Amino acid sequence: MDLIDDPQPGQNAPEFSVSEISGAIKRMIEGEFSHVRIRAEVGRVSRPRSGHIYLDLKDDRAVLAGVMWKGVAAKQVTQPEEGMEVVAVGRLTTFPGQSKYQMVIEEIRPAGMGALMAMLEKRKAQLAAEGLFAPERKKPLPYLPEVIGVVTSPSGAVIRDILHRLRDRFPRKVLIWPVAVQGEKCAPEVARAIAGFNALTPVGALPRPDLLIVARGGGSVEDLWGFNEEAVVRAAAASDIPLISAVGHETDTTLIDYASDKRAPTPTAAAELAVPVRMELLAFTENQGARLSRGITTGLTQRRQRLTDLGRALPKPGTLLDAARQRLDVASDRLPAALDRGVQRRKLRLTELSGSLRPRVLGRMVAGEKDRLTRLSNRLAPALSRAVTQRREAFSQRARLLQPQRLQADLQQKKQDLMRLERRLSQAGHSQTARWKAQLEQAGRLHETLSYKATLERGYAVIRSEGEVLTRKAQAQKATHLEIEFADGRMQVGGKSAPKSKPKPPEQGSLF
Amino acid sequence: MSDTPVSEMSFEEAMRELEAVVDQLERGDVALDASIALYERGAALKKRCEDELKRAEEKVAAITLDADGNPAGVKPVEGL
Repeated sequence: MDLIDDPQPGQNAPEFSVSEISGAIKRMIEGEFSHVRIRAEVGRVSRPRSGHIYLDLKDDRAVLAGVMWKGVAAKQVTQPEEGMEVVAVGRLTTFPGQSKYQMVIEEIRPAGMGALMAMLEKRKAQLAAEGLFAPERKKPLPYLPEVIGVVTSPSGAVIRDILHRLRDRFPRKVLIWPVAVQGEKCAPEVARAIAGFNALTPVGALPRPDLLIVARGGGSVEDLWGFNEEAVVRAAAASDIPLISAVGHETDTTLIDYASDKRAPTPTAAAELAVPVRMELLAFTENQGARLSRGITTGLTQRRQRLTDLGRALPKPGTLLDAARQRLDVASDRLPAALDRGVQRRKLRLTELSGSLRPRVLGRMVAGEKDRLTRLSNRLAPALSRAVTQRREAFSQRARLLQPQRLQADLQQKKQDLMRLERRLSQAGHSQTARWKAQLEQAGRLHETLSYKATLERGYAVIRSEGEVLTRKAQAQKATHLEIEFADGRMQVGGKSAPKSKPKPPEQGSLF
Repeated sequence: MSDTPVSEMSFEEAMRELEAVVDQLERGDVALDASIALYERGAALKKRCEDELKRAEEKVAAITLDADGNPAGVKPVEGL
């Protein structure tokens, strides 16, 4: 922009050259803004090989170019990053060659811990989203690494602690890749070291480690900041060699811890994770060797013992046959005699049996039976007559008991009983009749006294008409005739005769 | 029993295999000739482990870098 308009004719203002005016402006700006503190968000950052850092400081409306010279940049505890909220201290200057102005930064730091942490969280989330921290990316550590690569500062307590602990447990080959562990150089050097170890080939001049340890001692958040840098995290995640991170104290966690295959709380612990204890392994191996010898010895001893036992239990072939042979001898000795004895025994039995089998024996048996028959038949006739006699006697006894006198006496007795009963019946009938007659007479007398006929004796009469007794005058007046009964008989009164005395009809009836 | 030759085994593999061989032999249910073969393999494995453990020498070196930050060589480190 030209600050000087084309001079109008007639104007008498002095004329500046561009350089002059630029110089004037530069002097003015540098004089006016020789020490400023600016709070801003870091915009684009570029780091050319010169070591200077160029960055933009911005807010929502304006942008200010900034530069940090190499010497200053190396001294900064926190390296500026895009998006970081910072407070920059420095001075303003102009760059006349391009008509620009910029800030020369002397010091830059995050605008408070909150801003730093917010940025760290943001970066962590972004890298996690890329999968750099995924558990499936973690590689198992080798059980006994041959060569261990250590990325750390070559001087200081950290490497000493690691070497001491390795020496105690299992001395190994160690390759140290020296790096700056804080400051601007830290992140690029660490990232380069990790990549450099991975780039070594197993057959190269330098032995390729089977395990990496990235270590740093404790420090402030700013001191450890390099291990939060994206380049370091990416290098750790990309490492083909298993990597243990041991940065800061146990309570410090940097982003490399998420990307490493194993996180050790301290450098010493990293050494413990790296190798087993040699003495323990020696003891283990010795023990295994002893068990191996014992195992094979025991196996052989047991087999030998078993063989001996079995051999002892196995009898001699001769003894197997002895008993059988003896039995054979005994049996063959007894054989002829046994045959003879058998024949003899049977012969004897035959003799016994045939001796008793003779006709005389049979005749004796027949005679015996005949005698028995005769005896029995002799007994038959007397037995019959004796039985008849017995039965006859029994009959006679019964017949004697059967006498007619007894029947007659019985008959006589019953006849007398009958006559006596007849007499009693007759007497009873008479007396009963006489009693009933007397009772009847008495009743007749009583009947006479109670009858109206007795009344008639005393002068009363009974009037009847048509067979009915009249007790009222009216009845008598109506009656055609009356019958009066007296004590001694009845008398008819009135015109009309009684039905019995009905007039006889004329013999000759009227003609009509 | 793995087929890997003992000489090619890592220390850890040899150690595990040795333990398995010993267990098997101690169970005593292996046939005689097989148990002798087991013993021989176990002895070889033990020797392999012992050799590995004997090679426990410490050697510490630091990498030297050239001007571009690439490894140029090593120099021994002592006194740490």
